[in-house]
Amino acid sequence: MLNAISISSLYVLDQDEALEFYVGKLGLEVNTDADLGFMRWLTVSVPGKPDREILLQRPGAPALDEATAAQVRDLLTKGALGTLIFQTDDCRKTYETLLARGVEFVEEPTERPYGIDCALRDPFGNHIRITQPTQQ
Amino acid sequence: MEETNRRMLRARDAMDRAYAEPLDIAALARIAHVSEWHFIRTFRATFGETPHRYLQRRRIERAMFLLRCTDRSVTEICFDVGFASLGTFSRTFRDVVGESPSAYRRGGDAAAVPTCFVKAWMRPSNFGEAPDGARGLA
Repeated sequence: MLNAISISSLYVLDQDEALEFYVGKLGLEVNTDADLGFMRWLTVSVPGKPDREILLQRPGAPALDEATAAQVRDLLTKGALGTLIFQTDDCRKTYETLLARGVEFVEEPTERPYGIDCALRDPFGNHIRITQPTQQ
Repeated sequence: MEETNRRMLRARDAMDRAYAEPLDIAALARIAHVSEWHFIRTFRATFGETPHRYLQRRRIERAMFLLRCTDRSVTEICFDVGFASLGTFSRTFRDVVGESPSAYRRGGDAAAVPTCFVKAWMRPSNFGEAPDGARGLA
């Protein structure tokens, strides 16, 4: 049966801008950046953890007709589409590092029953959280 | 469209984050880089309710959480979540939730899932308005 989650996908409005944000600011690594002709296959992953990739996908033709792509862009920028939760050993330190790189946070590090976490949006409206789980 | 959505989302995120502060329309419109009149109208067209109602639902949702997960008094919670008067808080809470804060408190504990999902899914719906009906009013 199924034995791993290998690739999850997020919609982005622009893949270059996505790369700048996810790699340049959040510090992920490019896993694959390939021009397949019909699409740019762009995945990123946490450094040293290449077996779990995030596919950064642009909504558009011919995969989606223009009207559907416009709906996806609408939902994306309203914050109604993607969520991604990262794990960290030190939420407050990560927050400070990313803040210094110009990342805009929507929630500062906060103590929760399950750990400490903070939240930000990517440039397109995807919701990203960074969690430091409580030590069991 | 996309740029407008992002601006409205930025203002909505600010309400989610700073719900306890005395947020006013002028401050939120500044975050969205639009005029106050334009802000209220556009926010409603984007998210289906006015910014004021969104903020009230956010505050009431936080109050619901604090009522069930802390021992703070109803009066303390009222101010914790950004209401300036106990009367307004109690009236709004009853309008939104359908019962008083202390009756709600007797109902039980919250689940240990990421708080952002509690925020999104526990948020009471729109003052008894039918969700479909709210859309056409912008």
